[in-house]
Amino acid sequence: MSRDGRGAWIASLAIAALVLAPVVALVVEALRGDASLWPHLLANVLPPTVFDTLAMLGGVGVLVIVLGTGSAWLVTAWEFPGRRVLDWALLLPLAVPTYIVAYAYVDLLHPLGPVQGGLRAMLGIANPRDLWFPEVRSLPSAIVLLGFVLYPYVYLSVRAMFLLQSASLLDAARSLGHGGTSVFLRVALPLARPAIAVGTALALMEALNDIGASEFLGVRTLTISIYSTWVNRADLAGAAQIALAMLVVVVALLLVERHGRRRQRYAVAAQRSRRMAPRRLGGVARWIALGLGSVPVVVGFVAPTAYLVFETVKRVRFAGLPPALLEAGLTTLWLATLATLVTVLAGIVIAWCVRQRPGVASRAVERIAGLGYAIPGTVLAIGLLGPVGALDEWLGDTLEATFGIVVGLVVLGSGAALVLAYSVRFLAVSVGGIESGLARVPPSLDQAARTLGRTPSQTLWQVDLPLIRPALAAAALLVFVDCMKELPATLLLRPLNVETLATRLYGEAARGTYEEGAIAALVIVLAGLLPVILLARVGRARAVD
Amino acid sequence: MTTTPFRRRCAVLLAALCGSVAASAHAAGEVNVYTTREPGLIQPLLDAFTKARGIKVNTVFVKDGLAERVAAEGRRSPADVLMAVDFGNLIDLVDKGVVQPTKSTALEAAIPANLRDADGRWFSLSMRARVLYASKDRTNLTSFTYEDLAKPEWKGKICIRSAQHPYNTAMIAAYIAHHGEAEAETWLRAVKANLARKPGGGDREVARDILGQICDIGIANSYYVGRMRSGDGGPEQKTWGDAINVVLPTYAGHGTNVNVSGAGVAAHAPNRDNAVALLEYLVSEEAQAIYAKGNYEYPIRKGAAIDPIIASFGALKQDDIDLGAIAKHRKAASLLAEKVGFDN
Repeated sequence: MSRDGRGAWIASLAIAALVLAPVVALVVEALRGDASLWPHLLANVLPPTVFDTLAMLGGVGVLVIVLGTGSAWLVTAWEFPGRRVLDWALLLPLAVPTYIVAYAYVDLLHPLGPVQGGLRAMLGIANPRDLWFPEVRSLPSAIVLLGFVLYPYVYLSVRAMFLLQSASLLDAARSLGHGGTSVFLRVALPLARPAIAVGTALALMEALNDIGASEFLGVRTLTISIYSTWVNRADLAGAAQIALAMLVVVVALLLVERHGRRRQRYAVAAQRSRRMAPRRLGGVARWIALGLGSVPVVVGFVAPTAYLVFETVKRVRFAGLPPALLEAGLTTLWLATLATLVTVLAGIVIAWCVRQRPGVASRAVERIAGLGYAIPGTVLAIGLLGPVGALDEWLGDTLEATFGIVVGLVVLGSGAALVLAYSVRFLAVSVGGIESGLARVPPSLDQAARTLGRTPSQTLWQVDLPLIRPALAAAALLVFVDCMKELPATLLLRPLNVETLATRLYGEAARGTYEEGAIAALVIVLAGLLPVILLARVGRARAVD
Repeated sequence: MTTTPFRRRCAVLLAALCGSVAASAHAAGEVNVYTTREPGLIQPLLDAFTKARGIKVNTVFVKDGLAERVAAEGRRSPADVLMAVDFGNLIDLVDKGVVQPTKSTALEAAIPANLRDADGRWFSLSMRARVLYASKDRTNLTSFTYEDLAKPEWKGKICIRSAQHPYNTAMIAAYIAHHGEAEAETWLRAVKANLARKPGGGDREVARDILGQICDIGIANSYYVGRMRSGDGGPEQKTWGDAINVVLPTYAGHGTNVNVSGAGVAAHAPNRDNAVALLEYLVSEEAQAIYAKGNYEYPIRKGAAIDPIIASFGALKQDDIDLGAIAKHRKAASLLAEKVGFDN
């Protein structure tokens, strides 16, 4: 193996070790306890929570696949008024954190809120009790709300896949007598399966690890049980046991899905071919298309954002702008930027190692790198505390003994622990994106570069990375938006006097002053908008170039 | 893309980050507060302390896992004062060994003995009562017991937040302390059967849902009423606060369930003297008045004035049960809530 190949291999092992550290810490913690919690869990907790969790995952899964794939097909296969706007607008819900969407809709749909108020006025009903309205704090509404903010993960990956599908395959299907629906179901959809799987896996892991929205909507998921086991009963060992059991199930499901398509090869992207041209819709159909395509954007973005704008205006008129919001905004941007750099760099190292040395070992490293995303943020942060604390102790002792410098907490005190937590958590997003980008670069290009005397790392920097720049940018933006929204790890690991937008919002929400939280929430959404819009442009550029 | 500028940029960023470590933990005239209380609630108190004593206060709001965080930080932890809500959480700090004993005559004189640790490892600073919100239009209650929540007449009329919220867990724990676990289970099942909606949201939602006619009564904290009725939370919330009567419920034959906010000095406090100074300030007449006026809490200091809105609920007769007993039953209360499927 070449020297720099070995360097990268060592680096990727180190990254995998970092991701594993919190998991190992959790295992140690879990073993410290006994199994006394499980009879109670089996009898009282698991039946309802497993049902709620599965129902929620099933519901959100179906919804994100239908919304994500449907809208992606709509904007790539058909031409209708507003298509160009929808093309990027469909990504906007990505900027709205799940907990914010939950707060917003509980307010919007409350008997005292505008929707029920409007309905009562229209129907001439005076008493709120006389109007039947579905309960917002319920499992079905949690499914709908999470589905409508998480579908962009599917939309993003599936749209990229549709844009890259060569038109010749679809034309062939059409010449064989298949109509629009049939082409979609029998050619486009099966070809998009890996993309659907990737996007859905991300969305479902987000849904599974969500605490804010589920708690607020009164849904009893396993993650909430972990939380009350730990917080209310001071039983960290028990909480770690549930978390690890959940992790095993998640990893098993991911492996089954991969196993299911192990024999399938999707080499369409390797050749350059004519892009599928959208077909023009006429008559009523085009307006139906516009209407259908707008629904996810309105429900997942426009309505909650409009509500936040309304609340913000009301609040600012009443109490002025809260101080320190700008500072929190800058801190958020700064931390997210740093974490994105680290995460993308680590993603490059791992994806490249998988490419350079395909095999069991590199596959294992790749899987491990994705673990952080499969653990609830709070649990991951708790798992990180031990290793990071030990690292701080060692660094402090070493610096004192070697140089005689007295330092505080180098990692926890500087915010480096946050960057580490974000990177560990979102590495899966960057590795996945970069790997799928690299998969489209034919190995023959690498071989040509090597023949021309380039070292493997020169090949990476001069050939591979420039070619996958759009994929890199997309991965970076997705990680960036995720970091900006991140709450539980930030809450536990940030140093003194450091607030991000999410922690400020949470502080307000925790004492029940949502009216002030609305401003921070709006800023989070607005700050997330720019990267999301860039993301949409990048996705398109990638397909076109 | 070339390597050098990119790497250099990373190096610069990282160096800047490490520079910001600026281990100011030991600086004179500062005190570092780790708190599970929402910063907005205690900021006015901390500002007043800085103004009065010239000591800068650095804070971090750690909602859950305060003890774990401080334990992981070890002997280099910059934490001086650990603040927490709920009695069980304060005892948890002692159990995890992250607070140290403090001897202070000022603290001992101001705080009743049953509201502080005998060894001075934690001190209560303020109290809130777990009260009944009852619709002004649809109910006419002057007295109420927690036991009454189980009565069939309230079927479909009660709103409450999750039983796993510390306030509710403490209320159930006290019920266990009074009646034993078997009776508490019967009671909790009956309360569950009376709920108008799934437990969820926060305490203020109870008032809002009463105004929205989802329910007629509910259990929530006393100080939210102050914030709602005073108009501090905006005109909309004032209508919620005005829609309810507040009754101080009791355990039958005993008193009202209260929860406390409190603090202790961190085990490795680098600014120990300032930490004690802050705690002493927080029980001073000046600070206790802020707790009462700004936060609508019951002051811990004997004889300190209560805000008129809170005083209008009537005289608070605190439940006479030992706080240690409530803490002891906290785990059982949380398990019981899961057993009866209260939040399902």
